[in-house]
Amino acid sequence: MKAPDFAYCRPASIDAVCALLAEHRDDARILAGGQSLMATLNLRLSAPALLVDINRIDALRGIHLAGDGNYLRIGALARHAEVARSPLVALHAPLITAAMRHVAHPAIRNRGTTCGSLALADPSAEMPACAIALDATLVLQSQSGTRGVPARDFFFGLYETARRDDELLIEVRVPCQPADQRVGFDELSRRHGDFAMVGVAVTARGTPDRMTDLRLVVFGTDTMPIDCRDAAALADRQAWSPALGEAIASAAAASLDPDTNMFGGPAVKRRQAAALIRRVLTATFTSREAWHG
Amino acid sequence: MDKRADIVVVVNGLARQLNVPVRRNLVDMLRHDLGLTGAHVGCEHGVCGACNVRVDGVVVRGCLMLAVQADGATVDTIEGLTATGEIAALQSAFVERNALQCGYCTPGMLMTGAELLSQQTCPSRAVIRDAISGNYCRCTGYQAIVDAIETTALARKDGIPS
Repeated sequence: MKAPDFAYCRPASIDAVCALLAEHRDDARILAGGQSLMATLNLRLSAPALLVDINRIDALRGIHLAGDGNYLRIGALARHAEVARSPLVALHAPLITAAMRHVAHPAIRNRGTTCGSLALADPSAEMPACAIALDATLVLQSQSGTRGVPARDFFFGLYETARRDDELLIEVRVPCQPADQRVGFDELSRRHGDFAMVGVAVTARGTPDRMTDLRLVVFGTDTMPIDCRDAAALADRQAWSPALGEAIASAAAASLDPDTNMFGGPAVKRRQAAALIRRVLTATFTSREAWHG
Repeated sequence: MDKRADIVVVVNGLARQLNVPVRRNLVDMLRHDLGLTGAHVGCEHGVCGACNVRVDGVVVRGCLMLAVQADGATVDTIEGLTATGEIAALQSAFVERNALQCGYCTPGMLMTGAELLSQQTCPSRAVIRDAISGNYCRCTGYQAIVDAIETTALARKDGIPS
């Protein structure tokens, strides 16, 4: 099918975007990479009156080290492909680099934006889970000013976020990872690049003999990424062992609330999640690479 | 905020001025307004890759970008890549290895294959499969397509000009 009728504009500044959003509210949609929006238009699942194309706003471009080197700023127009090959991201947020190879396909990554994926909040998308695991902050701007929302407070449910109709997600701020941090990421999909049936993002600090700050975020099973805090707390100050991995995986899987869909029912998805969590934790804690620090 | 827009696009090296409906996608503009029917329209929601074209040097889905967004951009289609000879070796390999059956997916496969080979000198078969995972072949000729891309990479590695 073809996209329905809509009006289109290409403002030159963030202020102009905010003015348009204030005026049109939910009748307007932001067009950045368009890799989900254009598909929903072509499928007639969405019929906004106005598309606000932000692609010409230079202030939204790029990936920079900011805050005296404390965090990475990934602008709203940074494409997935740009993030995937960024040396800054590889150095300071390697979880995102690891996750990027699972984000759709090359042609989609060339155009789709990382912030767009966050703003859309698809439950099977990789970036929302990474943002939560990394304690990222999403920066929203409107005519009334700018505010930062921690990723853990940003996602509410199926495509539901803390963004108001009049706000533009201008950037995501990702804290630079500590020297002793390890990361793990993997997902199950029927074909590489397809939407995840279940995915797992992990960060941890310490040593294999004494782990601290385990973060375990599971996505693709529920309506939003699930931060499995109680399960992750089992690792606190513990030494890595397969039995501990099993206990964490079981506890995390039990905390999920999967829906039934074409990939199966809740029992199937919990088993898949537990298996994947075990696999990712094992890879994260037993890989040959020396621990940092 | 008109429903139509004047745009200037450099298509296959030639500057084109057009007035397009803003809801028209890029691949429809290429096919309907410019008669460049090499890029195909398949699923129209970004899954199949038949509409892949190059915009400002990178391969994108022609169905997931509006024509108006190409204003000021450089667009290369399979016709342009063929005319310049840029992908001649890859195209020959597709013929030799029987990697095109009905041919519907072929322009998109060539776009994807050419971009991979421009980024990696000699990708493994696993990497090739990964790269073309976003392109559907309804004849399921994937094995031959991987063969053709691998053949081109190996020939280049051995110093045969591509």
